[in-house]
Amino acid sequence: MKSAEEIFDILKKKFGDAVLSLDKDTPVEQIISIDPLKINLISKYLRENPELQFDSLMCLSGVDDANGIKVKDAEGNEIIEGGTLSVYYNLHSVSLKHKITLKVSTPRNDPQIESLEKIWKSANWHEREAFDLIGIKFLNHPDLRRILMPYDWDEFTEEISRHPLRKDYKNPEFYQGMKVPY
Amino acid sequence: MGLLDKEFSDGNIVIAKVDDLFNWARLSSVWQLGFGLACCAIEMMATSMSHYDFDRFGVIPRNTPRQADAIIISGTVTLKMALRIKRLYEQMPDPKYIISMGSCANCGGPYWEHGYHVLKGIDRVIPVDVYVPGCPPRPEALLEGLLKLQEKIRNESLRKKSA
Amino acid sequence: MALKTEHMVLNMGPQHPSTHGVLRLELEIEGELVNKVTPHLGYLHRCFEKHAEAMQYNQVVPYTDRLDYLASIGNNFGYALAVEKLMGIQVPERVEYIRVIMAELQRIASHLVAIGSNGADIGALTPFLYLFRDREHILSIIEETCGARMLYNYIWIGGLSHDIHPDFVRKTKEFVNYFKPTIVELDNLLSFNKIFIERTANIGILPVDTAINFGASGPTLRGSGIKFDLRRDDPYSIYDRFDFEIPVGKGLMGTVGDCWDRYNVRIREMEQSLRIIEQAVDNIPEGDVQSAIPKRIKPPKGTVYKRVENPRGELGYFIISDGTVNPFRVKVRAPSFVNLEVLGELCKGNLVADIIAILGSIDIVLGEVDR
Repeated sequence: MKSAEEIFDILKKKFGDAVLSLDKDTPVEQIISIDPLKINLISKYLRENPELQFDSLMCLSGVDDANGIKVKDAEGNEIIEGGTLSVYYNLHSVSLKHKITLKVSTPRNDPQIESLEKIWKSANWHEREAFDLIGIKFLNHPDLRRILMPYDWDEFTEEISRHPLRKDYKNPEFYQGMKVPY
Repeated sequence: MGLLDKEFSDGNIVIAKVDDLFNWARLSSVWQLGFGLACCAIEMMATSMSHYDFDRFGVIPRNTPRQADAIIISGTVTLKMALRIKRLYEQMPDPKYIISMGSCANCGGPYWEHGYHVLKGIDRVIPVDVYVPGCPPRPEALLEGLLKLQEKIRNESLRKKSA
Repeated sequence: MALKTEHMVLNMGPQHPSTHGVLRLELEIEGELVNKVTPHLGYLHRCFEKHAEAMQYNQVVPYTDRLDYLASIGNNFGYALAVEKLMGIQVPERVEYIRVIMAELQRIASHLVAIGSNGADIGALTPFLYLFRDREHILSIIEETCGARMLYNYIWIGGLSHDIHPDFVRKTKEFVNYFKPTIVELDNLLSFNKIFIERTANIGILPVDTAINFGASGPTLRGSGIKFDLRRDDPYSIYDRFDFEIPVGKGLMGTVGDCWDRYNVRIREMEQSLRIIEQAVDNIPEGDVQSAIPKRIKPPKGTVYKRVENPRGELGYFIISDGTVNPFRVKVRAPSFVNLEVLGELCKGNLVADIIAILGSIDIVLGEVDR
């Protein structure tokens, strides 16, 4: 059983700059921020270190932070430029019974994060979902396709309607001849 | 033979209108496509099971569209699924009937506003005979829907239209 | 001499009576043997997470009903607990007791469908009829209290939508007494049926480390022999006050972690749920069930991940609040979504006919897989 501070200290000692910060002020969850391109190394360490033994990934959530600047594009739609997309990892150790939340942030215009599929198999579909709904690219993922939306969604929609959980998403008018809005 | 026992004389013949005979046969054996979509499918299953017993109206689930007379669209139709439902509908032989069960299939239900992947009403893809409201409709409501469909079938006619 | 077979790709679903809804499986088969199974999801993607962002916190509750529509109370429960944790609400004792009883009744109702459809898929239709008969008892008890048969919108943030019906305690006790012998009947009818055992024992064996690595939870994980139940290991609400056991797969009919074990865990879990109900139903304290419901639900800035033990496994809500009345992001960690991923691993090298037995034993609900 280790607290978030102890885990943060262990990681900071081992990985230095790749571990960015520990967010202690917000209620309920304490979040460790990590470099998006080192997340696979840190996760492997978290799983294999006998003191930590994080053997299961409970949840992986892609989030659109919507912290960029709102601008109007050529057609008058409000879009967000700049800012970040984030992924939150909720880890849990079945044997040691402690929990931790990790966060990585990546720029919105080129979102890239290392995949954790090799470390926890359960990351596979969660990452596909984040790719599908938010549009985050996971590097070294074996099978990065859409999972919930139709595979041919891109063919029928504009750039702004690609990833529905982005905050500036706009419904397409038609998909395969079917009207989408009410 | 129950009610009809010893009711006929020697002739062994019944005279009826073609319409009546065909409609009677069709409405008392509406075989549905055994096919559930979402929450309403559970209520549809409950309707077929012990308490409500859909079988007594001649509704038997068939697993292939080629043997089915009716589809009960039981639940939310998504854009991805709508194309498959259309395909199933096209595979069914005539005459075929559609019961749209539940708000989602009728008009998108609770997903009408923000449902980017929900088809707002199955009638945008295939024609519907009976709409059953509710989220999900109680089994009694589905039975009522079926009775309405039977009424509709009863009033159909095979006669050639002369205009 | 080896038989000459042909490589073939077979499509199963989305309209298939044994896929529990609208799942599509792409099978690569060599004769009767399955080499690879690729599930294709999304035929019931109802955009829950988008709706949650557009609604206020209390308006999300009815949408959570429609995730795992066989266990609506469990979904409400998890969501309410998550928001309560974020806002620091303490709910009255009476609410806690009623929530637990309702959740356990719902667990039994949900397992009845799971067991029934598992049997029906592999040819035993009769138990299905019996189990739906028993399920109607539970539905009518809950309906009397909250007015709906399936999607209840019952557990609200900070309380309940209605107080229990005056007859609730009596009827629940009647049900418990009625249902105990029914489990024995079910055991005789299905669990120890020779044909059923032949179809499920030694089929679809899930080793422990694979199960954990894939993040499996609920009966799927416990079938592999791990005693892990969030009601005991990460207690929420008042589950720590009750005395109950956690059934695990022991390989009675074959190997630990086979389909029969997962099936059996569900039956034994129903017995334990009855035990919890019996302990709780006599001790419901008096009080007002709506006294702790906040007038205005506006949690502080922050994040929360709360998980509960739903009939299908670990249901988690990850909620980010930006301090307004709408959630900024709600992510549902749906147990079926994660458990279904194991299917590809389990089906390798099995016969085509066994796939439906395996799928039935994982027990997925597509409303939750696709959300």
